[in-house]
Amino acid sequence: MAIRTLLVANRGEIALRIQRAARELGIRVVQAHSAADRDSLPVRLADAAIEIGPPPAKKSYLAIPAIVEAATKVGADAVHPGYGFLAENGEFADACEVAGLVFVGPTGDTIRAMGDKVEARRLAAEAGVPTVPGSAGRIHELDEAREVLARTGFPVMIKAAAGGGGRGIRIARDEEELARLWPQARAEALAAFGDGGLYLEKRIERARHLEVQVLGDGQRVIHLFERDCSLQRRRQKLWEEAPAVRLDPAVRERLCAAAVRLAERVHYRGAGTVEFLFDEATGDFYFLEMNTRIQVEHPVTEEITGIDLVKAMLEIAGGAPLPFRQEEIAPRGHAIEVRINAEDPARDFAPHPGRIASLELPGGPGVRIDTALYAGYEVPPFYDSLLMKLIARGRDREEALARLERALAELAIGGIPTTAALHRALVRTPEVRAWDVHTAWLEPWLDTNRRLLA
Amino acid sequence: MAKKEILSPLPGTFYRRPAPDQPPYKSEGDPVAVGDVVGLVEVMKSFNEVKSEVAGKLVRFLVENEDAVMAGQPLAEVEG
Repeated sequence: MAIRTLLVANRGEIALRIQRAARELGIRVVQAHSAADRDSLPVRLADAAIEIGPPPAKKSYLAIPAIVEAATKVGADAVHPGYGFLAENGEFADACEVAGLVFVGPTGDTIRAMGDKVEARRLAAEAGVPTVPGSAGRIHELDEAREVLARTGFPVMIKAAAGGGGRGIRIARDEEELARLWPQARAEALAAFGDGGLYLEKRIERARHLEVQVLGDGQRVIHLFERDCSLQRRRQKLWEEAPAVRLDPAVRERLCAAAVRLAERVHYRGAGTVEFLFDEATGDFYFLEMNTRIQVEHPVTEEITGIDLVKAMLEIAGGAPLPFRQEEIAPRGHAIEVRINAEDPARDFAPHPGRIASLELPGGPGVRIDTALYAGYEVPPFYDSLLMKLIARGRDREEALARLERALAELAIGGIPTTAALHRALVRTPEVRAWDVHTAWLEPWLDTNRRLLA
Repeated sequence: MAKKEILSPLPGTFYRRPAPDQPPYKSEGDPVAVGDVVGLVEVMKSFNEVKSEVAGKLVRFLVENEDAVMAGQPLAEVEG
């Protein structure tokens, strides 16, 4: 049954993006919002709005009972979670279903399976999707480690089984270094976590981050090719492209097929992304994780395929079968997205909420802006710092880069510092233009090029 | 006894504990020295320590844990 009234349970640019898709499908839109977002553009542009709580996200955009109650109260038959907040919360998906609401996304069970890293890795292996070579479980003795090394080779990462957040990770480049670091790693793991269990994982140097967009209806799955998100700062993506630069067509085919196999394995419903590490030197790729939601960088895929992913999500959630066949997906040209965040690149990216004193937006051929900003808007301190996505499309990467550079020059956000300054520097950087980058490239570049950002 | 206030340096969400499963930095009645951390303010997902610029006895908190606060808003009252 097609959706008639949709509750948008998110904020900012993605709330507006969802509203636009819904409106084009003739769906009535109700915007859920916190007290801090009363003056936001999504609230103003919706058919109706409902306040769900005070500013802190925990009491509003993360408050499951308040959102479900709001959806019921406004007569919504579906809820779109956007990204972040409750988008990958299986309990929220379940709570919607129990309340008789359609959750625009996969089932709670799929969300939970992919949210559990061990389970996701197991499902990937079952679906014949390569995972990063390493020890199957924890190992205690160096002798066991030597067996694993036959599969991983050097360099290898020694990780604490009970660790997380990068703590207790060591990189060994040869046998001698491994023998020296092993006891240290064990002792540290034992002291930090009360558990001396370690595991080994192949270290992929200069890896690129590739990800495949998939779309499923619970029965069939198709892919919409890949994105390259290798420009990251502290694991946060800042710049995304589609298609991936210099990707061999045969590797592209294997990569996309692997993503489809994993999504098929879980009877995926909705839009999802399968993330991989890509070793350009060998052409090998390894499963990282699957994101069971629409992603921030989805517009680059939309720009090269001409397919509205959010509209497809809403149609599928309304019970329609996949609106496309794989043969109908034909990418054209190249698209680049840069994230304009309310952060000061000259001050180590310190977040900077505040008033948008003035706003001049770029336009012209091949330029798309996804934002909920307006002049005079007060950017609240309570949520993430993403202000705007600037997307440039061209016949080829050269044209997309030229349009991006031109659009960044036209863009003027007054009142607060933003990462636009970073992108103006990056777009002129030879390594970026040649795409001679990897996921750990940006941080050292920032250290040596601080003067470009002042 | 002069009444002083600890002000929030930033706008955001105020937390009294370093993590949900840990005890609060300060309780009402605790002594405070200049530089003592009394809480955190979360600004766009980044956490910033709130350090006291006054010394004395923390009489009471003026905001609840997880309340939204503005820059310059009094967070706690200090006597001393």
